[in-house]
Order: sequence, then structure tokens, then C-alpha cells
Amino acid sequence: MGVAMSFEIVLNHTVGDCRLSVDFASQVPRIAVTGPSGVGKTTLLNCIAGLITPETGKIVIGGRVLFDSTERISIRVEQRGAGYVFQDARLFNHLRVAANLAYGERLRQAGHSGVDRERIIETLGIGSLLDRWPASLSGGEIRRVAIARAVFAHPRFLLLDEPLSSLDQERAAEILTMIEHLGTAIGIPMIYVSHQPEETARLTDTILQLAPR
Amino acid sequence: MITAAEWAIIQLSLKVSLVAVLGTLPVAYALAWLLARRQFPGRSLLDALVHLPLVVPPVVTGWLLLILLGRRGPIGAMLEEYLGVTLVFQWTGAAVAAAVMALPLMVRAMRLSIDAVDRRLVAAARTLGASRWYAFRTITLPLTLPGIMAGAVLGFTRSLGEFGATITFAANIPGETRTLPLAIYTGLQVPGGEGAVTRLAIISILLSLAALLVSEWLIRRSTNGRSHVV
Repeated sequence: MGVAMSFEIVLNHTVGDCRLSVDFASQVPRIAVTGPSGVGKTTLLNCIAGLITPETGKIVIGGRVLFDSTERISIRVEQRGAGYVFQDARLFNHLRVAANLAYGERLRQAGHSGVDRERIIETLGIGSLLDRWPASLSGGEIRRVAIARAVFAHPRFLLLDEPLSSLDQERAAEILTMIEHLGTAIGIPMIYVSHQPEETARLTDTILQLAPR
Repeated sequence: MITAAEWAIIQLSLKVSLVAVLGTLPVAYALAWLLARRQFPGRSLLDALVHLPLVVPPVVTGWLLLILLGRRGPIGAMLEEYLGVTLVFQWTGAAVAAAVMALPLMVRAMRLSIDAVDRRLVAAARTLGASRWYAFRTITLPLTLPGIMAGAVLGFTRSLGEFGATITFAANIPGETRTLPLAIYTGLQVPGGEGAVTRLAIISILLSLAALLVSEWLIRRSTNGRSHVV
């Protein structure tokens, strides 16, 4: 007791036939979520980011209550401070890479974590992509830009949804190393979703296993 | 070649159509957005109302406008009493008739483009700190710009060609409500009017073609030559 929890996630939510039920708390700032596809991993991240309102539950990250159904608290999406790297990247195709990166950076000037812009661009190796349109990027480049965009938005915590899926092994290993570096560099809570045990083992020992019910 | 009276007709037509389209643009976009993105009671009814001018005879639309917006109509009487505005027999009345007739086409074009915007992008913008309004301005609006252009051009050409509702509601008054189609019709009624009719008809065709070309150019410019924008 008395030790601040990095994560406190209790929630119940039903989407169609799929019932997601989570009761989890951890002091470790970096956790992984695993489970077979369709079990609700992305739904869990969407609940945390505020894109889905769970039926009941309580979500606390880094000591900040984001959602509490009994207290009728639900912080708005834009104020939750999620650095969400979507599985499908979701870059804005009508904006160049530089404008994609600046999108969230401009909106949350009150920097929660002092991100070193230059260093992140260098770590992710995207310096040469800034003038490009997202449609001209390769799969690996899109992933790296998506990670940078989330980190640049001065997040209070990071949500990474299978950031390495559909990448070749070499590229995946490279990006995983970057994510490890980033995690240490900006020091904010991180939830990493993956169904690859090798990936999660490199990042954390604390694993939330979702099982179908 | 073209007489001063014919120039005046062209100018009047352009003025009526431009005012009709510019005035309708925000209304049409708001309706398109509501119909594409929101579920609310009466949505089907609103959808049907918006499409009404497309399916009923234009004369009937003109007659309905006369009943509602005429000097003794419920809305028309209020406009005259409180704002001192009379629409019937005025060029503004012709613009209102053209606007109502153009509305369904504009809403349809814009709605298609709003439907095509990936809502996951809007969700992504929200997680990055964008309010609903900011996400709309920076994601939805730019991505639907080609649809707005297409709607505006469709509405403009429809307004240029408007006949039935205009002649019923605003009448055929030279210099005030006699737009190109009304002038062509009038020319056909008088002996020896064939010359004027031919000139005005050619001008109508050229104006519509020019509007199409301008829209193509605007759409290409608004997408910066990128091929993936819907």
C-alpha cells in the first residue's frame, strides 16, 4: 500500500458476442497485453484512449483517473493524453510527414514529458521522410512515423497496438529496439499489445493475458 | 454579335446562380454532414424533404415556394414585416428558387464525400489532442473539399438551367428575374426571336462547360495532384 500504481484497469464491456472483462493493477510502468486475436486487445486500448466507453469499470494510469463509472468520471478523448500507435497506423494522407508529426505536438503545448524532438527523429530514422506524403512511404516507414507522431503529442502514456505486425523480421527487431529506447528516454507508462511472446519478453515481465470466454 | 440586353441577361444569370450556390453551400454541407454522420429521429423525413425538389415537378416546387415565401405566405409575410424583404418578382426570389432546386444535388455530392472519410482518422486526431471541432476542420473538411467543389459546380450548373420553379415563383420579369433559360423561352414565343435564342443557347452551353472545366481544375488543385484523395 502507499505505492502509486502505474496502472489500475478494471472494466467490463461487451461488443457483439465478445465480452471483455479485465481486472488488473500494476506498479510496473511497462506492461504487455497478449491473447489470441478477437479477444479484445484493441477494444481494451480503445477503452483506455477514450474512443470506447466501457459499460462499467475504472481506469487509472500514472495516478490519473481517466474513467470511473461509479463516480461518473470520463475524461474526454483529447484530454486523456494517450500516445496511441494504431495497428493500422492511421497517418493523415492529406498532410506531409512533418505535418503529421506536428499535428498533436501543436495541440498539447503543455509538455507532459519533455520529448527531445531531434533525438526521436534520429532514433526512429525518419529525418529524411519529413517532406514526403504518407502514401509514398513503405510499411516500415509508416510504422516509424506513426510511433513518432504519438510520442510528439506530449503523451502521458503510450498505447502500442501490435506495432511490429506485417513487418519483416529485421525491420521488426530494429523498431522494437527503438521502442525500448523510447520507453527509457521519455519514461512514461506504456502498454504494448502483441501476440508474439518474443516481443513482449524483451520489453517487460508484466503481462496481462486476455483469454476468450 | 451579343446585344447589351443579352449581356445583361448573362450577368443576371451569373449573379443569381452565384448567390444561390454560395448561400446554399454551408446549408448543404451541414445537411450532408447530419445525414451522413448522425442518427436522430426524423432523419428519414429530413432526407426526403431535402430530395423533394429533385423528384417533384419544378413547377410544383415553385408553387410551394410561392405559398410559403409569397407576400401572404407564412414565411414571406414575416420576411416582409420584420426585414422588409420581398422575394417574389425580385432577382433574390430567382436565387431562392435556384438554391432550392440545387440543394439536393449539392447535398448528395457532399454526403458521398463525407461518407468516404475514414472515421478512424478522426478518432486518431482526437487521441492526439484534437477537439471534435478541430478534428472536423483539419481532417474531415480538407478530405471532403473535392466533394464540396463537385457539389458547388453541380449546384451552379443546375442554377444556371433553372426554369420551372423560377418562372412560377419569381415570374419572368426582364432585367429582374429573366435569366438565360427564361430569356430563351421568351425568345421562342416572339416572331423573329431565333437569332437571340441561338446566341443565348450557345452561351448557356459554353457557361456550363466552363463551370465543369473550372471544377476539374479546382479539384486537381485542392488535392495537390495526390491520387488517393477521394
